[in-house]
Amino acid sequence: MTLSTVTGAPPAGDTTGRPKAPRPRTAGVSGGPKRPWLAHLILMPTALVFAAPLVWMTLTAFMPDTDINRYPPRLWPSHFTLDGFVRIFTEDNYPRWLANTVIVSAVALAGHLVLCSLAGYGFARLRFRGRTLTFALVMATVMVPTQVLMIPTFLMFRNLGLIDTLGAAFVPWLASAFGVFLMRQFFLSLPRELEEAATIDGCSRLGVFFRIVLPLARPALATLTVFTLLGAWNDLIWPLIAISSEDTYTIQMGLATFAGARHTEWSALMAGNLVATLPLVLVFLVAQRHFVATMSFSGLK
Amino acid sequence: MTVSLGVRRAPAARRRRLLPDLTGWGFVLPATLVIVGLSLFPAVWALLLSLRDGDLITGGAFVGLQNYRDMLDDPDLLSATGHTLLYTVLFVPGSVVIGLPLALALNQPIRLIGFYRTCIFVPYVVSAAATGILANFVFDPQFGVANTLLQAVGLPRLGFLQEPGQAMIVLVVISLWGGVGLPAVVYLAALQDIPRELTEAARVDGASGWHVFRHVIVPQLRPATAFLVIWQTIEALQLFDLVYTTTKGQPLDSTTVIVYYLYQQAFQLFHSGYGAAVAYGLFILTLVVSSITLWYSRRGEATA
Repeated sequence: MTLSTVTGAPPAGDTTGRPKAPRPRTAGVSGGPKRPWLAHLILMPTALVFAAPLVWMTLTAFMPDTDINRYPPRLWPSHFTLDGFVRIFTEDNYPRWLANTVIVSAVALAGHLVLCSLAGYGFARLRFRGRTLTFALVMATVMVPTQVLMIPTFLMFRNLGLIDTLGAAFVPWLASAFGVFLMRQFFLSLPRELEEAATIDGCSRLGVFFRIVLPLARPALATLTVFTLLGAWNDLIWPLIAISSEDTYTIQMGLATFAGARHTEWSALMAGNLVATLPLVLVFLVAQRHFVATMSFSGLK
Repeated sequence: MTVSLGVRRAPAARRRRLLPDLTGWGFVLPATLVIVGLSLFPAVWALLLSLRDGDLITGGAFVGLQNYRDMLDDPDLLSATGHTLLYTVLFVPGSVVIGLPLALALNQPIRLIGFYRTCIFVPYVVSAAATGILANFVFDPQFGVANTLLQAVGLPRLGFLQEPGQAMIVLVVISLWGGVGLPAVVYLAALQDIPRELTEAARVDGASGWHVFRHVIVPQLRPATAFLVIWQTIEALQLFDLVYTTTKGQPLDSTTVIVYYLYQQAFQLFHSGYGAAVAYGLFILTLVVSSITLWYSRRGEATA
């Protein structure tokens, strides 16, 4: 249903291609809602207001700085230039920060997908002593705010020699109670019959898990991917605390730092923003059709 | 633990009991170790730290509840708490109240729905750092497009993030831009779970659209609303990233929120003991607000 937006350009480009928004049509929807114009009336202005800053960010990334730092600012570039992108990729540590974040996010994602789905399956299907208590303990951790954990985790990581390494950034993201909960709820919603049939055919527990269960779990894994990447890719406060040397910065720290250092070079800043944001937007667009469905089985309704 | 329970059992029977236990633990142990090891264990440690006057290098001396007493007469903490509560009071109802009509509209099978949905959800994935830089750009008092637009429609120009009286409001507006996507998704999922028969039966009984909404749909959405209020409240009480990338607590400390103050205390002034105490204060505040929300939504369920 939303594939039309997925196959096209990124959303910002999507709207720049047709700056005049398509007119809402009240006729032509058959058997649908009673008052489609009302929905359009709510959605059209909201969608435009929500998209506008990102569209402008994208345009600015391709503008020469002389178009931006003038009064009144130009809304449409006098000419398109890649100058901002060239600057971030040649004059700064930007490529390094981007690579660091890719590493941190990849490790975090791998950890989440493997550990949370294993644990989610264990809690949903396997019977073992201490299961209820352990699950309760894991779920209890969601109540503790990260701010409480920052200081002792900093001290602990310093003792382990992790401070100022990429490990400090990804270790807290290897698994999460939310991920375990999400996967457990998904596995509970699956019919048992398939797994039982496979067990009778002589498949081991791990075999059942990898061959039967995981392939069915694609929607839940897609949702877990989005949430994990959202957290790991966008995290700012923890890397700020745990990382101090510029070579180890994550992209979010880099953005925040060079926003201060280059505060009038808007095309470079917006180019940096765009490059740092696009990967998540793409992941989200690919995964979004699984989203609403996953939300309802996870019990968040 | 298995051994002590199975002492008197035959070895074969014991093995039969042990195997499922080992399999189960094998599945859940790695994630459990990471999660519990990185939250419950440090949480206890933080509590002990909050009873000492440590400086992040040394543990410091045991001071009992002195840090907590200091919190009560700390005017900066008090004003930071005020800023956080102001932000929370504006952001939480704002995001939920805007999210619901958006979800209702997004639930309609109309044209362009994919385009609308994408536009509304995408800001949710934009990081606070990128959002902050973008906000500095849009709300720049001199060159920003916000003032250009205000002037174009004949309104006076504003200082936005550089004006103590406006900065917090602007932060709320920016957060709503990035934060409405979640209520919209959650409500959309909840709406799709309301059985059709329920709304149709109400219509057949002669209820108007508004009545169906008020007396059928809203009560069905109550669990989603409770979840969202708690979730958004926790997010709001923990506001940090956006402040760090826009105002850094300025102008005149008007946007110094609790977590920003905590960050300064613990990691810039190295008052780790005091920082830990402030963190626990925030924890308690979060628990109180969440409990009130839960209690209120349960009570509503009982009387509805």
